[in-house]
Amino acid sequence: MSFKLLARSASRLPRLALAISRNSLPLASTYSQHSQYRHHSTKTVRLTAENYPDVKRDPRFAHLTDTDLAFFRSVVGDKQVITDSNDLAAYNEDWMRKYRGQSKVVLKPKSTSEISTLLKYCNEHLLAVVPQGGNTSLVGGSVPVFDEVVISVANLNRVRSFDETSGILKADSGVILENAESFLAEHGAVFPLDLGAKGSCFIGGNIATNAGGLRLLRYGSLHGSVLGLEAVLPDGTIYDSMHSLRKDNTGYDLKQLFIGSEGTLGIITGISILCPARPRSVNVAFLGLESYDKVRETFRRARADLCEILSAFEFMDRKSQVFASRFTGLPHPLAGEDNTDVPDYPFYVLIEVSGSNKEHDDAKLESFLESVMEDETVADGTVSQDETQLKTLWRWRESISEASTMFGGVFKYDVSLPLPKMYSLVDSVAERLKEKGLLSFEDSSKPVADAIGYGHIGDGNLHLNVCVREYAKEVEEALEPFVYEQVQANRGSISAEHGVGFQKKHYIQYSKSPVEIQMIKDLKKHYDPKGIMNPYKYI
Amino acid sequence: MSSKIRILVPIKRVIDAALKPRINKAHNGVESKGVKFSINPFDDIAVEEAVKIRKNNKDLVESIHAVSIGPSKAKDVLRTALAKGVDTSSLVDVGDTELEPLAVSKILKKIQEEQGSNLIIMGKQAIDDDAGQAGQMLAGLLGWSQATNASKVTINDDFTAEVEKEIDGGIETVRAPLPLIITTDLRLNTPKFVTLPKMMKAKKKPLKVVNPADLGLDLENRLETVSLEEPAARKAGIKVKSVDELISKMKELKAI
Repeated sequence: MSFKLLARSASRLPRLALAISRNSLPLASTYSQHSQYRHHSTKTVRLTAENYPDVKRDPRFAHLTDTDLAFFRSVVGDKQVITDSNDLAAYNEDWMRKYRGQSKVVLKPKSTSEISTLLKYCNEHLLAVVPQGGNTSLVGGSVPVFDEVVISVANLNRVRSFDETSGILKADSGVILENAESFLAEHGAVFPLDLGAKGSCFIGGNIATNAGGLRLLRYGSLHGSVLGLEAVLPDGTIYDSMHSLRKDNTGYDLKQLFIGSEGTLGIITGISILCPARPRSVNVAFLGLESYDKVRETFRRARADLCEILSAFEFMDRKSQVFASRFTGLPHPLAGEDNTDVPDYPFYVLIEVSGSNKEHDDAKLESFLESVMEDETVADGTVSQDETQLKTLWRWRESISEASTMFGGVFKYDVSLPLPKMYSLVDSVAERLKEKGLLSFEDSSKPVADAIGYGHIGDGNLHLNVCVREYAKEVEEALEPFVYEQVQANRGSISAEHGVGFQKKHYIQYSKSPVEIQMIKDLKKHYDPKGIMNPYKYI
Repeated sequence: MSSKIRILVPIKRVIDAALKPRINKAHNGVESKGVKFSINPFDDIAVEEAVKIRKNNKDLVESIHAVSIGPSKAKDVLRTALAKGVDTSSLVDVGDTELEPLAVSKILKKIQEEQGSNLIIMGKQAIDDDAGQAGQMLAGLLGWSQATNASKVTINDDFTAEVEKEIDGGIETVRAPLPLIITTDLRLNTPKFVTLPKMMKAKKKPLKVVNPADLGLDLENRLETVSLEEPAARKAGIKVKSVDELISKMKELKAI
């Protein structure tokens, strides 16, 4: 699973040494292997405060003092209080290099009670706080906007328990998703969530943002699989429902409030999650198709024919494959005999099947593929013959996200749309950018290289990535609110799985009604009356 | 010398190269239940090379035959080979018996005789037992030339082959007339994905099952695996506070 990591600056690397209990994980090599592909623009990221002059620092919030720092040190120890500006950079900057905060201090507590003490203090002293996990947010949700105190849960990184009978995993929120996955693999289970950033993101952050990912089609959303949480409220109160049972119909289901709350209500410190049995046989097919309609038809047939073994159905447009091919330097799996180029099919589909009986699963997949090939729903395709090929095929889907930043940066839109109209958004955005003279793949003087589309057909979730050479204001203005208006017109969601964060705060009304927005505000006010938790974002 | 090249590619079904094998409870072999099996990676390269040779020497190559010795499930790897461009195939169904390299070579010699092959391309070793002997033993039994660990193969019109092999600090090139055995190394080529239409066509290509008893060979194993152990786990390291402490620790351990 080497390529799925989002390698960042070297200062983040020590986290890898904090392997979870009973496990030593060979991650360091995959990290460094990956960094060679990263094409960081050397330009420094502009301060969010400069880029968005309309957003003003809330004057109610206090400025950090030496007294505060002394208190923090007394709680978490000197080493867990980071104030050196070089070390702070990685916590202030987001993964897309689009947002940069100005926090003066990062705290790395080692226990829930330390977090409770810290939050209580910040709440009393009106110090704004940004909870941070793996900092892989795609909407600027995990970095400060001004001088908020960053509280990282990186040191809360232990698996607490795993029950092999029930499949319930209890773990700290700072466990890296891939570490949780490797731990579970040894116990014959699987984490019900998988996504490209798995080498960096924390499971606590996944829950705080209600991450969707590649397995949602099969295992459903975190709202279903999370059984209980441990979280610290702004006033220091510790909410604990870690004991939770699969069935419990007493009172409001409070944990749901935190799933997708993006750090605005408190800091998640522990999670209890139901993990399905690990499939013993997994196979992947990679197909080339002539049109978007055929993609939909293939999905319909896959659902009918593959039924319970279908575990992922991902689509990618040709442009996204061109990016992936440049990024990875690999020959395309459907390339012809004598070249390595991406073939001319406008769409590609990756189908994963997983089950418990290889003969049965293979036979099912084979008869499905034969039927869609025979009636020409699918133009060409391949099936992995071994584990290495399986991973390579996944790479053509999973590397797109990183490949999209190859030219310098990316505007990411992650929307839910009704399937019939889903892809037309990519075309209309590309057309609009071309009309405005902003887009050219060849001409490097244009700010936009291309607009590409891919995503989870199974979940009606499109990733529209506008790959840019620089973050130009006129590009942003061409895209927003245009994209959101298109989504609203089609009754979709402006954020299917990336969340709201800083980027989409002002666009939430495109997906939520005034009543819904008021109820969210009421809840926020109730649990965080002083508004110190992750301010300037979400609502 | 016949006027055409008839290629034989022996392939083995092994535990997938990307998986970590586990030792079984009896400590005499590797756990094979519930484990994914695939084609031996070196053999995959051999198949790819055979197809490539035909592509580059259209008029010279008459046929490519693949053979596997293993359980009936090894048909899967033969189907893959057929999809990649092999013409015909045979499975010597030995069930779950693990044959030793000499027995394998004897069977391959029979298949060579039956097929009239004059060029055998095979993996330099199978990644399960890592014996790395079958190619050489087969060359001995047949009395043929052999070029091992090939990193590049060129077939000439005069029925000679030039084979490069990576050696310390350089490349060794050998040249030999057919008949010849070539064993493949990792860098010879990168196997391609097989497309679905080819996979579907491969189902109609011949796959003959051979009963090893009919070959009239002595296939008795001569070796016994006494025990199989995992390498000792590495001990956890310690942290030292200063350079002085580091030096004294190293002295203690007689490392300096």
